[in-house]
Amino acid sequence: MRVLMFGWEFPPHIAGGLGTACYGMTRGLARNGVEVTFVVPHAYGDEDQRFTHVLNASEVEALYGATGSGADDILSGLSFIRIDSNMVPYISPEEYADYHEQFVKTGQKTWSTTDVWKQRYTFSGKYGANLMEEVARYAMVAAQVAKDLEGQFDIIHAHDWLTYFAGIAAKRVSGKPLVVHMHATEYDRSGENVNTQVYAIERAGMQAADRVMAVSNLTRNIVINRYGIPAERVVTMHNAVRFAENSGEAPERGVEDKIITFLGRITYQKGPDYFVEAAAKVLKRMPNVRFVMAGSGDMMNHVIRRVARLGIADRFHFTGFLRGEDVHKMFQLSDVYVMPSVSEPFGISPLEAMRSNVPVIISKQSGVAEVLDYAVKVDYWDVDAMADAMYGLIKYPALANMFAAKGLEEVTNLKWNNVAAKIKAVYEEVIEEAKNQ
Amino acid sequence: MKTVCLYFQVHQPWRLKKYRFFNMGKDHNYLDDLLNRSIMQKVARQCYLPMNALLLRLIKENQGAFRCSFSITGTAIEQFRAFAPEVLTSFKELAATGCVEFLAETYSHSLASLASKEDFEEQVKLHMEIIEKEFGKRPTAFRNTELIYSDQIGATVAEMGFRTMLAEGAKHVLGWKSPNFVYANAIDQRMRLLLRNYKLSDDIAFRFSDQGWDRWPLTADKFVEWLASEDTPGEVVNLFMDYETFGEHQKADTGIFEFMRALPAALLDKKNGLEFATVSEAAAKYQPVAVLHCPHAMSWADEERDVTAWLGNELQNEAFSKLYALKEKIARLHNRDFDYVWNFLQTSDHFYYMATKWLSDGDVHSYFNPYDSAYDAFINYMNVLSDFIIEVDKALEKQTAGVR
Repeated sequence: MRVLMFGWEFPPHIAGGLGTACYGMTRGLARNGVEVTFVVPHAYGDEDQRFTHVLNASEVEALYGATGSGADDILSGLSFIRIDSNMVPYISPEEYADYHEQFVKTGQKTWSTTDVWKQRYTFSGKYGANLMEEVARYAMVAAQVAKDLEGQFDIIHAHDWLTYFAGIAAKRVSGKPLVVHMHATEYDRSGENVNTQVYAIERAGMQAADRVMAVSNLTRNIVINRYGIPAERVVTMHNAVRFAENSGEAPERGVEDKIITFLGRITYQKGPDYFVEAAAKVLKRMPNVRFVMAGSGDMMNHVIRRVARLGIADRFHFTGFLRGEDVHKMFQLSDVYVMPSVSEPFGISPLEAMRSNVPVIISKQSGVAEVLDYAVKVDYWDVDAMADAMYGLIKYPALANMFAAKGLEEVTNLKWNNVAAKIKAVYEEVIEEAKNQ
Repeated sequence: MKTVCLYFQVHQPWRLKKYRFFNMGKDHNYLDDLLNRSIMQKVARQCYLPMNALLLRLIKENQGAFRCSFSITGTAIEQFRAFAPEVLTSFKELAATGCVEFLAETYSHSLASLASKEDFEEQVKLHMEIIEKEFGKRPTAFRNTELIYSDQIGATVAEMGFRTMLAEGAKHVLGWKSPNFVYANAIDQRMRLLLRNYKLSDDIAFRFSDQGWDRWPLTADKFVEWLASEDTPGEVVNLFMDYETFGEHQKADTGIFEFMRALPAALLDKKNGLEFATVSEAAAKYQPVAVLHCPHAMSWADEERDVTAWLGNELQNEAFSKLYALKEKIARLHNRDFDYVWNFLQTSDHFYYMATKWLSDGDVHSYFNPYDSAYDAFINYMNVLSDFIIEVDKALEKQTAGVR
C-alpha cells in the first residue's frame, strides 16, 4: 500500500497540531507497512528557482533527527517532497494578505518577525499575491508531482483545506481515490463568521473525496450538517499521541507556587479569555498559584490588557511562542493544564500534558473530550466551573494524583499505531470501492 | 537685560534583558549588560565626551560669562562608573569651573512623585547624596523626572527645602501668559518656577536638522536674533533639553556642535543685551510675576504635555501599582542589593516603553527602545518584577526567621 500524502512539516520544524498529527500518523502508517510519499509546502525564498525539492532519507534524518529515537523505521518507507510555497498551517487569507502587504511595503525579499514572543514566519514575495492564488499555484505543482510519481501510489490523502485543491488535482491527474482529513473546519476557526472562500474549498475538497476523515464526532457532525456531506462517506478518526522516549529528567522548578498552564495559539477558537477570567477568580481565593499563558496569536494583546486590568499580572505570566524542548519543559513545570477551547475539533495538547503526568481540564466543546475519561470537563463559558476545577486540583492533591495517574494510563493507550491501522483499513475499503466503480 | 538659562538633562536607564518565565526563580540578573554598555559607550563617544569638552572650552573662553545647568540621574552616574568613567571625570571638570550648576531630581529618574510623598522624598535624598559625592556640592534647585509638575509636587519639593524648580511652559497651563518670567508655586509661594520655553528649546532639540522646517538651517546668529528680538519678550528664556540632543538626537554631521560652539559669542555680544545664568542664579535674579496654577500633573513629554506617556494605559497602571505595592517590604528589608534593584526598576523609561499612544511622538518613544511593542515591554517587565517580588518575600521570611 502506497500513499501520496499532502501534509505539513513535522515538529520541531513547525510546531502545532497539524505537524504533530502528521508525524504521528506517518509513523503509525509506516509501522503498519504503508509507504508514504510525503509532500509539504516549504518557503525556500528567492534564491532557489526550483518548484519542488525531493529530499533523500539522510536529509530527512538531518532535518528531523532530533525528534527522538526510532526515526529509522519511518525513514525506510517515507519519501519526502517539498513544494516551494509560503503556506503554513492555520494561516488565514487575512493574515496572508497582511504578510504580503508587509512584504510589498518593506520590499524585503524575505520577511519574518524577529520577536521571540511571536512565531517566526518567513515570507517570500515570489509566490502568490494572496492566499487563494497560492493555494491554486500549490495545486498546480502538486498535479505535476502526482504525474511524475505515476504508478507509485495507490491513494491520495490531503490534510487541511490549504492542500485540498492539491489533493483534487492529484486525483484528476492520476485517477487514484482521494481521502481528505478534516483537522478543523472553518466554523472552528472563525465562529459563525466563516470565510466563504475557505468554506467553499473545504466543501469542494470533501465533495471530491471518496472518504472524509474527521478528527472527532464533533467535527464529523459539522461536516455532515454544515457542509452537507453524506454521512456514510464521513468517518471519525480520533487522533492519538506519540510517546517520545523519556527526554531526560524534569527541569528544575524555579518558583515554588503551583502552576496552571494554558498552551496554544491565543486566538478566539482557543478561549484564552475564559482562562483569564477563571484565573482571576482562583487568585482571589488562593495565594500560592501562578498562571502561565504560553503561545502567541491575534488575541494576545487583548489578553495582556485584560490581565493588567484585572490586576493579576504579577501572578499571570506570558511566555510567548514556545517550540520544541520548551513546550515539553512547560508541560513538566505545570501542575494543571487547561484547554478552554470554544471550539476544538480535536485538541492534542491535553494528551501531551497527561503524558507529562499533569491533570487536565478540558472544555466539553472539544473533540478530545470524546476519548478521555480522566479529564475534568467543563463548558468553556462556565468560568465558575473552570475556577472550581482549578481550585480543586490544586487544593486536593489526592484528586490531582488520581487524575494524573489514571490519565497517564489512559493516554498511553491512545496509540498512533492503532489509529493508523484504522486508517489503513479505510484506505483498503476506498481502493476496493474505486476498483469496483 | 534678558537672561538665558541653559539646562541639560542627562539620563540613561538600566535596560532589562529578555527575561522569560523560565528564568523566574533561578536567574536574578535582570540587566542587559551588553546593551547597556554599548549604548553608554556609544553615547559617550558621540555626545557626552565631545560636548563636555566643548562646554569646558566655552566656559574658559568666556571667563565665567557662559553658564549652564545639568541634572544627571543616579542610574546614569552608575553607568558612567561602570562603563565610561572618563565621562564622569569630564563632568567633574565642568563642576570645578563654578559655572555649572547640578540639580537634584529623583535618583533613578522615577515616577515616585506620582506614587507617594515618602517614595519621592527618599528618591530625591538618594540623588542629592550621589550628586554631592561626585560633584562636591549639595544641589539647591530641583527638576523632576521629565519635568513632571503639579501644585502638589511643587509644594512637596518646597517642603524638602528647595526654592527653585523647573517645569514645562505648557500652553494648557500658561494660557496667554509667557513662559519667559519667573513664577511661583500656588501652594508654597516661596518656591520659584522656571518654565521651559518649548518653542525655542525644541528649535534646537527637535527641529535643528529638519530640512522641511521653513526656518532651516538654524545658525547661532539667527537663534540669538530670535532670543533678543521683541518676539521673545520677558526676563528669562529657559532652554531645557536632553543632553543627548548634541551628537545623538542631532548627529554631529548636522552641525549641532558648530552651532553650540558659536552660540555663546553671538549671544554675549553687547548689542543683544543677553546673558547666561544657571538655574538658581536666574531664579534669584527675578521676582515671580504671578502664581502658576497647575492642579493636574504636567510634563514636557509628547503633544499632550501630561503624564499619559508613563501612566496612560492599563499595562502601565498595573506595572506601576504592583511595583509600588512593594515599597513597604523593601523598607523593612533594608538591604542594599534589594535597594539597588528596587531603584532601577522604578526608572520611568520602563513605563515609557509600555506606552500604546505612539502616533506623532512614536519617534521619540522608540529612541533607544529595546522592545518591539508595548506588550513585549510589559511582559518582560512583569516577569522581572514577579521574580523580584518572590525574592523579596523570601528574604523577608528569612529575616523574620532570623529575628526569632
